[in-house]
Amino acid sequence: MAKQPILELQDLEVKFHTLDGVVHAVNGVSYTLEEGQTLGVVGESGCGKSVSVLSVMRLIPDPPGKISGGRILFHGENLLEYEEAKMEGIRGAEIAMVFQDPMTSLNPVLTIGRQVSEAMIVHRGLTAEEANHRAVELLNMVGIPDPAERFGDYPHQFSGGMRQRAMIATALSCNPEILIADEPTTALDVTIQAQIVELTKNLRDRLGMAVIWITHDLSVIADLADKVVVMYAGYIVEEADVFCLYENPLHPYTVSLLKSLPRVDSHRQNKRLATIPGFPPAGTTIFPGCPFAPRCSFMVDRCMHENPQLQQAESGHTVACWVNIEERREI
Amino acid sequence: MSTKTPLLEVHNLKKYFPITQGVIFQREVGAVKAVDDISFEIYRGETLGLVGESGCGKTTTGRTILHLYKPTSGQVLYDDQDLTQLKGSELRALRKRIQMIFQDPYASLNPRWTISRIIAEPLRVHHVNQGKSKITQVEELLELVHLNANYLNRYPHEFSGGQRQRIGIARALASQPEFIICDEPISALDVSIQAQIVNLLEDLQDQLGLTYLFIAHDLSMVRHICKRVAVMYLGVIVELASRDELYDHPLHPYTQALLSAVPIPDPQATRARQRIILEGDPPSPANPPAGCRFHPRCPIASDLCSVEAPTWREAVAEHWIACHEA
Repeated sequence: MAKQPILELQDLEVKFHTLDGVVHAVNGVSYTLEEGQTLGVVGESGCGKSVSVLSVMRLIPDPPGKISGGRILFHGENLLEYEEAKMEGIRGAEIAMVFQDPMTSLNPVLTIGRQVSEAMIVHRGLTAEEANHRAVELLNMVGIPDPAERFGDYPHQFSGGMRQRAMIATALSCNPEILIADEPTTALDVTIQAQIVELTKNLRDRLGMAVIWITHDLSVIADLADKVVVMYAGYIVEEADVFCLYENPLHPYTVSLLKSLPRVDSHRQNKRLATIPGFPPAGTTIFPGCPFAPRCSFMVDRCMHENPQLQQAESGHTVACWVNIEERREI
Repeated sequence: MSTKTPLLEVHNLKKYFPITQGVIFQREVGAVKAVDDISFEIYRGETLGLVGESGCGKTTTGRTILHLYKPTSGQVLYDDQDLTQLKGSELRALRKRIQMIFQDPYASLNPRWTISRIIAEPLRVHHVNQGKSKITQVEELLELVHLNANYLNRYPHEFSGGQRQRIGIARALASQPEFIICDEPISALDVSIQAQIVNLLEDLQDQLGLTYLFIAHDLSMVRHICKRVAVMYLGVIVELASRDELYDHPLHPYTQALLSAVPIPDPQATRARQRIILEGDPPSPANPPAGCRFHPRCPIASDLCSVEAPTWREAVAEHWIACHEA
């Protein structure tokens, strides 16, 4: 599976200048995405997972946001140096995105068909007729019943799951190399979530595109991803192959997160769920040590003063932690 | 754990919301059958889970029990008193014993009130004093939910989601209730905070002998916290059984599909699993299908299912379903 990385984030830093001070949303994040790979980015709200991919699309509102450092290489070219006009040729065409809330990301006064076909007219130079024809095919592909009839519907006439399907159809319309999905199933019910996950898997395999799937739900990622990046407070704390991560999580945050999840397929194991005390830090304060240290039960002195770098623990598995977790995890 | 005396009995409860047309002369042109003839019991000291997808009527059920919505018909017997017939001071007296925790900790606390005023409100309304000052009682309640008593004079915006939910729990506990309706108390919270709140709810149950109706859509968490589980679909309960019975041997095709759709945080297990992917979306409760409401999406539906609604029957001991085929 050793393929060329098509997307590479190098030491990405994003800050937001707000009235409450500077929010350090992303603090030196690096990851790579290979051709056809599905990368899962997991973390809680405010950990910088969405901001990191919005930077890839250059959709960070500036002001207040500012990409203050790092590079984003798409086929070796730094997207951050692109002119806006050149970026528009990438956005939606080569890299497409599906957002969390399909109700607010679709335009309520335009028909579904118009929105699905728009990108093809803009990016691929199709005539309206060709684009419409293709849009019906796309709607059919994502499983909208009677696509030719529903083509003229407005978003409010679609259910949540159908809107998300229409969003996916729009994103796929120009055959992007990378599909970025930002919590696409969070607003949906579990049976509809299963439909969307299944659909994404099928389309990914059929069209051979790479996927970045952003979520807070470790369970969805387990089903879908090849590689997983765990983020906390704007840092990557662990990165590993999906099987490796769930079998042998190394960072205390990942370990406790996995332990705090009850499973639908097994009997209740212990009296209480494992918890992580406290809550995530606000982005406005800079903590000299490891950002997770105040909540970590394995913390040692060093954690409070020095922020650990990502280090390789085993092949294809990196972790940012001072503590030798292997030894202490038994506690 | 619990003795077999129902604390709460719901009989044939219905709640229809009228659909009206016209501005001045509003004509009723139909009804959203949010809850359509459901019955169940909750025993003292247990946690009953009520699960289902959005729009299935689980929240409406919770609210109708508490008479926050006036039921269209049916009975809600709490300790042998029919809640639906009560009014005024009698209803208020019973509400003191039944409280509610809401889903959205941002919307359910008044942003202009201090924490002490929010938590003291039920004390004032229900004249709880126990011979202590209000402030002492509020401090004790804060301690009970593991919040610092120094927070008394702060406002809700100064707290995180998890802390706000704790404030909501403290408010619910203020009138010393026996029964709490938890309406999706954790779904708005981050993963690492959810477990904290679930553990807190369980500790309080042990400590104070509470009974919970736990409304949720997170089936994994429901398996952890609930003793028995009821599954709702489009306004009706389709299956009810003890936790492990339901999760290990689901009988209703909807429950089977629902459970198979829940992802498992384990790549090996979740990829090896056979999934039942339901086609389409749930129909509108304003115009539910005839017969069994699940039949248009059901993988095992027969001709009978589209004509006749299945009866509520005990398929296995203590395991109830509404299905012709299972």
